[in-house]
Amino acid sequence: MSWTRRDALKGLGGIPILGAVWWAGAANTVSKKKERAALLEQLNIQPSLPPAVPGIGGAPVRVGIIGFGIRGEQLCRSLGFATKEWIEDMKTAEAEAEAEGKKHTALKDFMAQEKLNVELVGICDIFDYRANKALASFNTEDNKMERFRTHQEMIRSGKVDAVIIATPDHWHAPMAIDALENNVHVYVEKPMTHTVEETYRLREAAQKSKAVLQVGHQHRQTLSFQTARDIMNKGTIGHVSLIQTNTNRNDDNGAWNYHIHEDASPQTIDWELFLGSAPKIPFNKNHFFRWRKWWAYGSGLSGDLLSHDYDRLNCVLEMGIPESVTTSGGIYTHRDGRNVPDVLQVNMEFPNFTTGSSQKAGKEKGMTFVYSATLGNGFSRPTILMGHDGTMELGNRLTIWPDGRSTRYAEMIEAEKMNPNIPIYQYNPTATVPDAVASATSQYFADKGLMWTYINGVRVDSTFLHMREWLSATRNGGKVSCGIKEGFEEAIASHMAGLAYKLGRRIDWDPELEILKPIEGIDFDQALLANPFESQSLLTST
Amino acid sequence: MEQTKKRWDLKDTLVVLRLLVGWHFLYEGVIKLYNPDWTSFGYLASAQGPFESFFLWMSSESMIGIADWGNKIALIFVGLTLLLGVFERVGALVAIGLLALYYLAHPAFPWVTQLNVEGSYWFVNKNLIELVACILLFQMPTADRFGLKRLFNTKKEITKTELS
Repeated sequence: MSWTRRDALKGLGGIPILGAVWWAGAANTVSKKKERAALLEQLNIQPSLPPAVPGIGGAPVRVGIIGFGIRGEQLCRSLGFATKEWIEDMKTAEAEAEAEGKKHTALKDFMAQEKLNVELVGICDIFDYRANKALASFNTEDNKMERFRTHQEMIRSGKVDAVIIATPDHWHAPMAIDALENNVHVYVEKPMTHTVEETYRLREAAQKSKAVLQVGHQHRQTLSFQTARDIMNKGTIGHVSLIQTNTNRNDDNGAWNYHIHEDASPQTIDWELFLGSAPKIPFNKNHFFRWRKWWAYGSGLSGDLLSHDYDRLNCVLEMGIPESVTTSGGIYTHRDGRNVPDVLQVNMEFPNFTTGSSQKAGKEKGMTFVYSATLGNGFSRPTILMGHDGTMELGNRLTIWPDGRSTRYAEMIEAEKMNPNIPIYQYNPTATVPDAVASATSQYFADKGLMWTYINGVRVDSTFLHMREWLSATRNGGKVSCGIKEGFEEAIASHMAGLAYKLGRRIDWDPELEILKPIEGIDFDQALLANPFESQSLLTST
Repeated sequence: MEQTKKRWDLKDTLVVLRLLVGWHFLYEGVIKLYNPDWTSFGYLASAQGPFESFFLWMSSESMIGIADWGNKIALIFVGLTLLLGVFERVGALVAIGLLALYYLAHPAFPWVTQLNVEGSYWFVNKNLIELVACILLFQMPTADRFGLKRLFNTKKEITKTELS
């Protein structure tokens, strides 16, 4: 066989093309990888792993649940107890989703959840339907459950080691204090208290008690927040002067207009007990099921949702109680008889706080925390921390962009190793590797919630982690993520925001004396609880 | 010496088409090969259309490793065969299979939300067009014109230049 030069050229011509394409692909990928590795090395951020807590040894912890409404049921599920009705609902939802070719994993996730060494032995709910519902599902061969008429009976029964308080806000502190004084462990929903005065009493009770208190800010278990702490400690985004947090909701459920159960009547609900310290009014289903809409039992956006956002940032920055708070807002989207605002803007000032500085010493100090909320629009505004060197978007995922005028990254931006439009760091707690420079594609899939991996094959719920940590501390000692210090700060900050709204003036904190700076002629708790429309309605009715 | 001028014909254009398709497949394969973080999980898990459940199964924990490696190997195989001009018809068939999977995972049907597309498509998208191009490459092999096959071919293409 003899080959001409032409044959050789045409026969082997593909090889140099192949070499070139292969080289280009390999070189591009490898150099990008190197750049990314260098960037990550410089940032030196340690993604947090799921927290390890010592197991709950010995006899099962005997838990009582107080309040078996929407949140109470959710908390029981996190503890490992789901009602028969919920399981049936999830099966139906799963079948429906499957028919549409969609995934529905709520039941599967619940089944896969680690079993805690607990017994749910007591239920206390003043609505017969709810108490019976709990008994029907949880009073079984393996788990004996008993109904208690009042929280005092449950706490003093000697039958519970720990209680979960998921009642309206005005019952949080009285129940928690009573339990702590009897050395019964407490998991209390947020806001920790309903008035300023009881915040101090609860702090005292917690400090004196042998029992463990955990406040229900389960966000503290979210891995991205723990990673954010590491990032802030390293001064990655420089001095943060402004934080923006938001609530954006646009539906009845989000505006607390919950379902009113058909069995509700003065015969099935212990109305007097519901009212407790609240003003005595005749039986009112609307108030019972939708209590979050009135200052007498709830605290509206400031206590209900701002408290979460404040605590999320307090968990990352530990900025403590603001020195002053101003608030504005009104009832603009749900004029349905409620007296808490549905549009609220809160400005918290921290004039002496800093997250570190990359500039001349003394140039930067002080920060404003803004909370902006409406119940009339659901457009998603993310939580943003604005620093001199970068911007952090903080959610379940965490993204950092360098700032175009950053001092710290000036050289890298000049050398085009960083670009203000491209994130320098992205952390997705569910992905296996942190992504330094995310492509539009992976960003998109992550946004859609599709980039989940699972911790040991199980998708873990943060409330479960928060409860597990609390239960473990009751047996093994150790610190909880949201104890009385954190709860105290959250409660005071929320009350300051509520008071600033109701009084229409700035509320100041005295960090030396640890009190709200008094305003002449104003009783803070009276102002906080007052019905702003009472005087008006009195006028119109006479 | 008289030489007949050879005109650029259909087969030459097909050679160019083959090289471009091979180039594209090889580059896609090599990029993935050198990036240890690459995975087809996102593409599969967000699949839509009539075969959604099949792609979801592919994205499951037990299958994803096979899917990822299968894809990388297949892409590079297609790239090598089409660029080098050897086993080009097998390469074209594998390419048709891959492109059919890509198309079906995210079909350009008007009732399906278009994820991550850089253009506007109505039933027809670039995957589908490249797929048809690969059918053409399968039907009209060109490795004897340009490719390794030319070196091993005993029945040489009769070229007019040899007559002179």
